[in-house]
Amino acid sequence: MIADLYLSGIVVWLAGAVASLALWRQPAAARRVACGAALAGSLLDLAGSAASIFSGGPTAIGLPFGNPVFVWAVRLDPLSAYFNVTLAVLAAAVSLYSFGYLREMEGRRNLGAFGFFFNLLLLSLALVFTASNAFFFLVAWEVMALSSFILISFEHEKEKTRKAGMLFLIMSHAGTGLLLIAFLVLASAGGSLDFSSFHLLASRMAPLAQGTVFLLFLFGFGVKTGLVPLHIWLPEAHPVAPSNVSALMSGIVIKTGIYGMARVFFDFYGAPPIWMGTVVLGLGVASALLGVLYALMEHDLKRLLAWHSIENIGIILMGFGAALMFRSLGQPNLAALALIAGLYHTFNHAMFKGLLFLGAGSVVQATHTRNMEKMGGLIRRMPMTALCFLVGAVAISGLPPLNGFVSEWLTYQALLAGFGTTQSLTRLMFPIAGSLLALTAALAAACFVKAFAIPFLALPRGAEAAEAREASLPMRAGMAVLAVGCVALGLGATWFVRVFDPITQQALGVRPSSALVMARGWALLPGTAHGGTISTAGIALLFLFAGAAFALPLAMRWRRRSVTGPSWDCGLPGLTADNEYTATAFSKPLRMIFSALYRPRREIQAEYEVSPHYPSAIRFENEIEPAFEKHLYGPLWERIMAAANRMKGIQAGSINLYLTYIFITLILLLLFGVRG
Amino acid sequence: MTERIMTGLIENAAQLFLLLALAPLVTGVIRTLKARLQTRRGPGIIQPYRDLRKLFRKGMVIPETASWIFAATPWVVFFSTLLAGLMIPMVAAEAPLGLFGGVLAVIYLLGLGRFFLALSGLDSGSSFGGLGSSREMTISALAEPAMMLAIFTVAIGAGSTGLTEIAGAAIGQNWRFLAPAQMFAFAALALVLIAETGRIPVDNPDTHLELTMIHEAMILEYSGPYLALIEWAASIKQLVLMTLLINCFWPIGLQPTWFGCGALQGIGWLLAKLLLLSCAIVLLETVNAKMRLFRVPELLAVAFTLGSLALVSTFLF
Repeated sequence: MIADLYLSGIVVWLAGAVASLALWRQPAAARRVACGAALAGSLLDLAGSAASIFSGGPTAIGLPFGNPVFVWAVRLDPLSAYFNVTLAVLAAAVSLYSFGYLREMEGRRNLGAFGFFFNLLLLSLALVFTASNAFFFLVAWEVMALSSFILISFEHEKEKTRKAGMLFLIMSHAGTGLLLIAFLVLASAGGSLDFSSFHLLASRMAPLAQGTVFLLFLFGFGVKTGLVPLHIWLPEAHPVAPSNVSALMSGIVIKTGIYGMARVFFDFYGAPPIWMGTVVLGLGVASALLGVLYALMEHDLKRLLAWHSIENIGIILMGFGAALMFRSLGQPNLAALALIAGLYHTFNHAMFKGLLFLGAGSVVQATHTRNMEKMGGLIRRMPMTALCFLVGAVAISGLPPLNGFVSEWLTYQALLAGFGTTQSLTRLMFPIAGSLLALTAALAAACFVKAFAIPFLALPRGAEAAEAREASLPMRAGMAVLAVGCVALGLGATWFVRVFDPITQQALGVRPSSALVMARGWALLPGTAHGGTISTAGIALLFLFAGAAFALPLAMRWRRRSVTGPSWDCGLPGLTADNEYTATAFSKPLRMIFSALYRPRREIQAEYEVSPHYPSAIRFENEIEPAFEKHLYGPLWERIMAAANRMKGIQAGSINLYLTYIFITLILLLLFGVRG
Repeated sequence: MTERIMTGLIENAAQLFLLLALAPLVTGVIRTLKARLQTRRGPGIIQPYRDLRKLFRKGMVIPETASWIFAATPWVVFFSTLLAGLMIPMVAAEAPLGLFGGVLAVIYLLGLGRFFLALSGLDSGSSFGGLGSSREMTISALAEPAMMLAIFTVAIGAGSTGLTEIAGAAIGQNWRFLAPAQMFAFAALALVLIAETGRIPVDNPDTHLELTMIHEAMILEYSGPYLALIEWAASIKQLVLMTLLINCFWPIGLQPTWFGCGALQGIGWLLAKLLLLSCAIVLLETVNAKMRLFRVPELLAVAFTLGSLALVSTFLF
């Protein structure tokens, strides 16, 4: 049953891909087929993987026929099923949204090709999450990388898009290279490429090999997740893609790295040495903080959201890092709590970041710009989009009672409990990570005040924003699905934590959910000795009750006494859009406070005609220094180019020389073979 | 079961009443004390009640550029502050709504109110509103790590982020606040309290001097009942943070339950401790001048350092 549902989802995606490619001459049909197949496939995949979670055990999914072309090794265990559910819910909403979003591209772009790669991406994602063989995993991984590359570069006539796509491709392959080495080392130790033979294998290797493999996996998967300092492609590539693709990229494609880490850290490794957890926790904190700090400086709406993906990956990895540390310290229950926090945040981030990117897509389609400074007042023109975006903004800021709050609360509880688990100085890491998480969350709230208020509130700052039209019905429906998801995952937290039981059972051998829920499913508690409790459903109910009983009747009464007038604005008449606070101005205090990081550069040029007191034009430029590009990747790039220049000599273009090379290689291989 | 629900309801109602009634009084006392210390007569301690009554009777002017966010904000701010207030122990050690959230929920509920307040500051399109929102979000973000470190210290001592447990662990140890970790954490939280409630030297609650205001700039476009709700919520927030500070560190006089004549005694202790803290705040406000905005991060860095010291002291001493 589970296998049938899963396989039919795969087949529907495959059929959708082929059919939409075949229909490329009829854009409207291609769009309907592509989105319809993507939606149907997602729903089938959702049904299959949800059933698999509740059935508990792993399901091996075989094909009824053999084939000589590729290895087929697919297994749906609880961890795979969890990521598949995340994928399926997000993909269903995005497909629904795409029905409307792609309509504008009809006739201008090849929607057949788009539909092909869109369905292929979903298919490869599902396979990445379920592959149970290193070779098959890497094949699916590459198909995913290539189809994302093509979808990112879809608007390829822009120079910037092509460059971002290339950067993505190069970094992605560097990461795949690291993964390949790591898998080969594991395979040579275990004698098989099958994941089941890797189980706890890494912990049986020599400490040096163990550590090397760990770092290879961490950085190999880290490239895909956008872990600092491997993140530089992410804020370039995610914004240039069409917005429905951006939602998938930020929502689920970067989570393949998280999945990989979860698989390696909690399946291939037993209790790891403590430094591994410390490294992951440290990198998580750095990613979270730097991600949000750079996000604050953006006024490109989609780039801002892309930087927030780096922040949220950091928060997820804080949970994972703490879980690894607890495992080393022999605390399986705490490790389960921290792992749940990370995995919960993974799902949450897929929901709210997908929602925010879809909202940004509607806004960009309506205003034809990604620059927030040219938007404004959209809440009146696009009320539904605004409401959905607001839900996403509250959720990502970690405010109660929505889902971001629940997973951040779990992370805090895990970090707090960590302090008592050891006597060494390592324990100081937990509260410091906790306080930096607090800083991150508060900065994220500041950033989303900006990201919601500047585009949606006050007066329109540009002609296109003033003329904007609400998104079409399928687009609104897609956003609404994810907004409901954010609310449901927040209010239904005590119900949702049960989903993690099979995962923690498999990874850590504990089932903590009954210890996490109390008061008849009303309150969540961390399951530590005397943890605090939280009840998002209760908070929401009280808000609803107070709103219905007091706010509505009183607001009705007061409305009779209220008049609408111009903004007071300290008595200055004639408020125009030029007077409004801008996104740049909003983040100015933080730019000054963190100037050591940003190194802002400002240039003001005024042109005069008669006297310097009456400038005829003023040009203002303001930018911050991209620290990683300048200090890390710049020198690296120069080294690579210099090395390549030096190696030019051996590539002279003469065929005789190349034949010699081949001959020498052959001899060496023969010698190697004889000796081995 | 029904009996537990009934007692819970009574406790909640009592604390709700106390929050609503006491908050303007605390503001009035602080203002009067401050005036006396500056050899002014001051408007009297019940002036905030009169202000609220007046504002609730007035009409409102809604800016024509504003959206529904502007109308929803006062309610969100008011209800989230009250909800946070029900999660802290005031008279009895057991917080009436402790099941719904501990100290993290209190902080994040206050954060929810601030989020909407900052949105409404930008909603009217006035640049003063934007200025206030930007500064408020900046300062609160910088205050957050210090606050979290101090709270971690307290929570580590009690083994919980539940405020009932935190206050419960402190009960019976009336002089525990003299421990170095507690002193550092107290100092850190006190600095955060000043920043969060918008008091001198971070912000001046009495000013409408356009370029120096923070909180007042955000709510510049509000009038009538909505302004009353926001002002009321601001004084409740101040009361909540003050109570949190004194009851976490100095739980003397906290009663085991809300019932019996102990409750009156508990209220008496609460009032006395609030008065003492108000005096300290008044003294601090009178002898200090408001800081430049870009000096505030330094103050909050001091708070963060104090928080770190508190944490280190938990296992040094």
